[in-house]
Amino acid sequence: MLSVTEHKEIEFSANLISKFEEIVTRYPEGKQKSALLPVLHLVQAEYGWISPEAMDKIAAFLQIQAIEVYEVATFYTMFFMRPQGKFVLEVCRTGPCCLVGAEKIMHHIEKTLGVKEGEVTADGNFSWRGVECLAACGMAPVLQIGPEYTFYENLTEDSVDKLIENLKNKI
Amino acid sequence: MARKLLLGNINVPGIHTFDVYRQHGGYRAVEKALKTMTPDAVVEEVKTSGLRGRGGAGFPTGMKWSFLAKPEGRERYLVCNADESEPGTFKDRYLMTHIPHLLIEGMIVSSFALGAKTSYIYVRGEMMPQIRILERAIAEAKNAGFLGKNILGSGYDLELYVQPGGGAYICGEETALIESLEGKRGNPRIKPPFPAISGVWACPTVVNNVETIAAVVPIINDGGEEYAKVGNGRSTGTKLISASGNLNKPGVYEIELGLPVEEFIYSEEYCGGIANGKRLKAVVAGGSSVPILPANLILKTINGQPRLMSYESLSDGGFQTGSMLGSGGFIAFDEDQCIVRNTWNFARFYHHESCGQCSPCREGTGWMEKVLHNLENGHGKMSDIDLLVDVSKKIEGNTICPLGDAAAWPVASAIRHFRDEFEWHITNSKTAMEQNYGLANYADPLPKLEEAIQN
Ligand SMILES: Cc1cc2nc3c(=O)[nH]c(=O)nc-3n(C[C@H](O)[C@H](O)[C@H](O)COP(=O)(O)O)c2cc1C
Ligand code: SF4
Ligand code: FES
Repeated sequence: MLSVTEHKEIEFSANLISKFEEIVTRYPEGKQKSALLPVLHLVQAEYGWISPEAMDKIAAFLQIQAIEVYEVATFYTMFFMRPQGKFVLEVCRTGPCCLVGAEKIMHHIEKTLGVKEGEVTADGNFSWRGVECLAACGMAPVLQIGPEYTFYENLTEDSVDKLIENLKNKI
Repeated sequence: MARKLLLGNINVPGIHTFDVYRQHGGYRAVEKALKTMTPDAVVEEVKTSGLRGRGGAGFPTGMKWSFLAKPEGRERYLVCNADESEPGTFKDRYLMTHIPHLLIEGMIVSSFALGAKTSYIYVRGEMMPQIRILERAIAEAKNAGFLGKNILGSGYDLELYVQPGGGAYICGEETALIESLEGKRGNPRIKPPFPAISGVWACPTVVNNVETIAAVVPIINDGGEEYAKVGNGRSTGTKLISASGNLNKPGVYEIELGLPVEEFIYSEEYCGGIANGKRLKAVVAGGSSVPILPANLILKTINGQPRLMSYESLSDGGFQTGSMLGSGGFIAFDEDQCIVRNTWNFARFYHHESCGQCSPCREGTGWMEKVLHNLENGHGKMSDIDLLVDVSKKIEGNTICPLGDAAAWPVASAIRHFRDEFEWHITNSKTAMEQNYGLANYADPLPKLEEAIQN
């Protein structure tokens, strides 16, 4: 699952392609490049990250140059250019959250998962990182978990422990 | 209780559904506009209301709409800015989560006013749940004949789509947002041309914030004149304030513009005072980009007038002693907060979010972050303080987009008002690693500031 090469033979499912096709209809003729961000989200939801092979396929589908996909995918922070844990805990690290203990929560997650920011646990199940303001500062500290981007608010060390336990049970 | 023009029905069970929203008077503005008004009359009504953009800059919405070019045979677009990434701001998320049809209704009326046949709501990618909520609401509205072809038999057609972003603060800047909507990196464009002339796919485009679009609904329902009666002076209507930080009751509040800041912070109707019985040290009143003010200056202007939550009152005193209403992201700092650490945190944010197109912003934000990081970690020099001011001045006004200014102001204002705390960090670097400066003498810095201004 974590190998880059395994993705070489990537083939988008018919279901995924039909979603891409619907998205393209939202823009005027010839402006299908606008579908790029929504398409990248769908691909990441399916595979957990965006591989070079996936980007080439996207370029072919949208009839744009591969470089146009690379430069966009690497610009936006939500797209992972490397495989991640099955669950990526993204904790807000910006000012307002830090006023009410976000840094403590990040330390706690680091300790509990036993991996540094950006690293994946040995079993491949978890990774975590700090992200910038998630527009939920009144419910701080907060974290989100993709690909649904479910929100967990008013975090405490206890609630983080429970969350991680619940996620483990889902594996 | 203050008047609620946007969130009055927020607690009605099921208000996120079309049926309940409709039962509570929803979509009346669409009926009124499409059946009884011309597009120009809608624009006039918005002008009369005095509504100002709620995304941060406060530009009069009706005037912005009237600048939209209308060349024959070219499409025009309305794009709603739901990128909401300014630290301290979370009102748009709240509105879209709980009363999505208010935004959809506003989009229909506004698109009609502007003659747009296709409109987009650009939502930051992290708000996937809100994207799904909006898509469901759009499907419901379409089903009921409020979107699509020949809406309510008026001959007006409108398609509305939701577009996700990819996690980049800069895409809240309107020309970066347009680039992003075109499937590109979020690099702001050089203006002119302004989007009103050449926006998405080089067509005339209006970009408006979620709250701005939502406010069009009560304006059309009750008339611009009625709307203008709410508020204070040129700050008409109500404003959603996102309250965060060390408050007893953080959250989103709809206030009438002109509410005294003191009442907002301390009354039970709003934030209920500072959490844990502590004292207030400072406030960032309009999202992280606006200057920070010490407690006394947020409560009263330099002339001793009560400070009000309005565009004019919050900017009273200019940058010497005032700030800005901005996006309404109200961040409260209690006496235990470290201004240096927060300033470093914000500087890191802007460095991380700079798109990198202009050297003063790309290099300057990185420099400020590094210097502040050293300072916060006990390796600061006295000359660093002036260096920071110098770097911030070199960024300000020298960049393609206002992110440069937004990065410079928090640093410059923190040093302006809390210089002694910065100095203390340098002269007491060991202690500063273990404890905070506290409230120190900010409890009453007014006389000091007066001196500073005289000098
Ligand atoms: C760096 C930067 C970030 C911005 N972020 C947002 C945002 O998240 N939401 C928003 O509505 N406006 C944002 N703005 C302001 C927009 O450029 C634009 O002024 C606004 O969307 C216009 O809408 P309004 O007139 O309804 O306020 C941002 C501006 C800058 C410079
Ligand atoms: S000011 Fe900063 S964010 Fe704005 S265009 Fe220049 S480099 Fe990009
Ligand atoms: S600062 Fe964390 S959600 Fe805004």
